[in-house]
Amino acid sequence: MTSPARSQLPGKARSRITAWFVDHLRALISSLGQISRNPVGSLLTIAVIGVSLTLPAGFYVFLENARVITAGWQGGAQITAFLHTDISDDQALSLVQEFETLPEVARARFVSRDQALQEYRELSGFAEALDALEDNPLPPLILVEPRLEGDKPETLRLQLQNRDEVDLAILDQKWLQRLFVIIELVERVIYIFSSLLAVAVLLIIGNTIRLGIYNRRQEIEIIKLFGGANSFIQRPFLYSGFWFGFCGSLLAWLLVTVCLQFLKTPINTLAGMYASEFELLGISLYEGLILLLIGSGLGFLGSWLAVQRHIREIEPA
Amino acid sequence: MIRFTNVHKQYGDGIDALKQLNLYIEQGAMAFIAGRSGAGKSTLLRLIGLIERHTRGQIIVNGQNLERVRGRRIAIFRRNIGYTFQDHRLLNDRTVFDNVALPLVISGYTHDEVRKRVRAALDKVGLSSKERSCPVMLSGGEQQRVGIARAVVHRPAILLADEPTGNLDPALSLEIMHLFEQFNQVGVTVLIASHDMDMIRKVNKRIIILRNGRLLSYAGNSIDD
Repeated sequence: MTSPARSQLPGKARSRITAWFVDHLRALISSLGQISRNPVGSLLTIAVIGVSLTLPAGFYVFLENARVITAGWQGGAQITAFLHTDISDDQALSLVQEFETLPEVARARFVSRDQALQEYRELSGFAEALDALEDNPLPPLILVEPRLEGDKPETLRLQLQNRDEVDLAILDQKWLQRLFVIIELVERVIYIFSSLLAVAVLLIIGNTIRLGIYNRRQEIEIIKLFGGANSFIQRPFLYSGFWFGFCGSLLAWLLVTVCLQFLKTPINTLAGMYASEFELLGISLYEGLILLLIGSGLGFLGSWLAVQRHIREIEPA
Repeated sequence: MIRFTNVHKQYGDGIDALKQLNLYIEQGAMAFIAGRSGAGKSTLLRLIGLIERHTRGQIIVNGQNLERVRGRRIAIFRRNIGYTFQDHRLLNDRTVFDNVALPLVISGYTHDEVRKRVRAALDKVGLSSKERSCPVMLSGGEQQRVGIARAVVHRPAILLADEPTGNLDPALSLEIMHLFEQFNQVGVTVLIASHDMDMIRKVNKRIIILRNGRLLSYAGNSIDD
């Protein structure tokens, strides 16, 4: 010991910015130390946060894919004209040609009874049941795609319905409208779930940090006794919260990607059955970064709330 | 410099720990606070270190009226005080080095400065070789010395020691007292609360004796409790 410097303010030689930077670096490393000193507990916390964030992230990917799939459907109305079963294929084909001359029609395609049966056999899964039937119960049909401009598809449907050859003409649009309403409903339900899960993440991290503060009570008292300000004490805890959120969202990113890989093959098969070019969308880099940002933000906020409440309570005794 | 003027401390349960205490300890002095347990020795130190607040009267420490030291200023004020405890209060999940470094880290010293000062402080208390040990691996006397190193490493103006020799044998106690004397010789105001009159008498310093929260005597080493 040389001389006791009374009011010597240490760190004065260093610039304030350097000191601030060094303090934060120290808190960052110390927070990683805190996490690594309790590996099981920390990993459990991260896992819980990861799973909690996986659900909203997965919902989001689901919605994005649903949007892509349905984007081409809007206005893609189609009229199915079921013909009487006694109409021959030749008669039907000439009817197709006639339909195509109509100004309201963009395209018309004939599906024979055999084709219809074949398709039904492949897609319905009732192949065996169909084999049991002696006769083909399916009528021949013509798929008519109306031009988008011009009259409403409904007038065209009526026109087709009035033909003698046509047994029944159906405008396949109502189900589409219903689908869009359902998607919107699902979207809102997902928003609600996601908000609740975000709150859950906030609470989980808050509680973990609260326990951390409680476990380090003695240390906090000593630090306060030797002049550690609240900001100094709370910094490692804030960083811990940040790390929990960051690692949790990283895990969520990974989980969603793994789940999508798992679903990819059946979805591609399904898309192939509908002769669709659909490619399953994953989480893009940009969306992944947003996920990390949200997770880290929630972690920081959760620990901040805990720290505000609990560090002030501890006073040296 | 520490000045108590008509200081009264009442705890929440209505017990008066200190009553009408008047006291003056000049800069760079070394004094013992003696008395039986419950006499108010610890309370006196705790008021100086701002661990407790006094109920009435005025306390001036190093020219600062403690009444005015509030909020953020408390932390700054405490950085100028070193504290040792009977139960050492070391952090057992950290090495001896890290324990001693704590006050410097709090005050924002650079890494090099921390290393230099911690080594110097550990050398002073004779524990240079135990730098990497954990506190639990040390004996009681060694732990107390680590506590002392931690209390002086940031060169505080005032060193407050609460029963520093409580669990130590007489030879070790005297050794610790000599350490305190050495710090005092370089200008640190040292205040030691102890009930060990035998040990106190061996060190020729001022003795402040408290009884039931009142100042009983305020004198040299000839006073008997």
